[in-house]
Amino acid sequence: MKNQYVYSKKLEVKNLSCFRNEQILFSEVNFSLVPGNVLFLQGENGSGKTSLLRILCGFRLADEGEINWGDKKVSGMPEYFQNISYVGHKNGIKDELSVEENLNLMRSMASVSDIKTENVLKEIGLFKRADVISRQLSAGQKRKLALARLMMTDNSFWILDEPFTSLDKTSVGFFETLIKQHISRGGMLILTSHHDIDLSGLPVQHFSLSSQANV
Amino acid sequence: MFKTWLQIFKRDLLIAFRRRSEIIHPLIFFVMVISLFPLAIGDDKVLLQKIAPAIIWVTALLATMLSLDNLFRSDFEDGSLEQMTLLKTPLSFLVTAKISAHWFITGLPLILITPLLATLLYLSSDTIMMLLLTLLLGTPTLSLIGAVGIALTVGLRQGGVILSLLILPLYIPVLIFATLALENTVQGFSAEAQLAMMLAVLVLAMTLSPFAIAAALKVSLN
Repeated sequence: MKNQYVYSKKLEVKNLSCFRNEQILFSEVNFSLVPGNVLFLQGENGSGKTSLLRILCGFRLADEGEINWGDKKVSGMPEYFQNISYVGHKNGIKDELSVEENLNLMRSMASVSDIKTENVLKEIGLFKRADVISRQLSAGQKRKLALARLMMTDNSFWILDEPFTSLDKTSVGFFETLIKQHISRGGMLILTSHHDIDLSGLPVQHFSLSSQANV
Repeated sequence: MFKTWLQIFKRDLLIAFRRRSEIIHPLIFFVMVISLFPLAIGDDKVLLQKIAPAIIWVTALLATMLSLDNLFRSDFEDGSLEQMTLLKTPLSFLVTAKISAHWFITGLPLILITPLLATLLYLSSDTIMMLLLTLLLGTPTLSLIGAVGIALTVGLRQGGVILSLLILPLYIPVLIFATLALENTVQGFSAEAQLAMMLAVLVLAMTLSPFAIAAALKVSLN
């Protein structure tokens, strides 16, 4: 069993608004998330889920509102951003590198990790394909590779955007277990998903963006 | 911090090696354009000697621009850039790894092949030495300045035209100092002043452009 996370704080989102092409994507979004909790972000296509997640990661700037981490604004707080593990629509793996090379890269750049690349490969079921160039992997295998970065990090704040796209049932089960471990260590998670995810037993908050869009 | 730098540097070299055709393309362009000039002009030794430095430098400049296009594109498209911004090591430091790797695989071969092409244009050994020196000081500057433009336009669908408009004016001072240094050498004068200027521009680009590149990349991600 791994240790509890040290750097886990309360996340507060206040009056967050996002405009796109001079139209309101969402406005006055308010929620807060405490360590050991999951926030399940819901909404129709185009309701701004991905934009919200990207704002939380600092890739996008919010048009209005603020984000606080432990009662401090996150802008100008690099520790907050370094503590994020993000898996978005783009996998963030290099097509030209082999599975193993990709994992080694992720591991060397991850915050702290004592897990061996070999073990990660075995757990995600790509051990026999370690030397395969990533371009030749299937969409699901690439997704697993992208999600593998969650196994090699000590970041306490995970942001997952449709993490289980094109994954098979076994892999979904595996990553669900990983999420449960993460939460039990006092980690935090915000995710979107159109798949059914089994998060039973976890303190899950639901937050819907769709009620705000198209108004 | 330096470990991450080295990882990115090695990663980019490896990727370049696996996508050789893209890397070789600017080099082939460089060789082709320069070797076409003697064919087009004919065996006019004096004329070729006179315009050779300009030919080589203009072609090197265009080849650099051509090669820069891929610098951030793949990282931007496959999401690696997003992951890089979340690392502990600042993005402005990491981009120097990418640019160094890029210069190693595109700038350096260009310099190495220049003596061969210069003899094709009847340049004297003194001029060739000066030519190499100006390229050595100039091409990294071109890469660094060009990277700022690339970082700004990487998110655009058709950034090509804007890119040329953005960075060509900034390339011109380098071009002027380099060709001036060569002209001085050909006429037997010292070119120290021009070289010092080029070195100064290089140092300026090295120290300032990484911050501009990182900021531009973040704008492109937005």
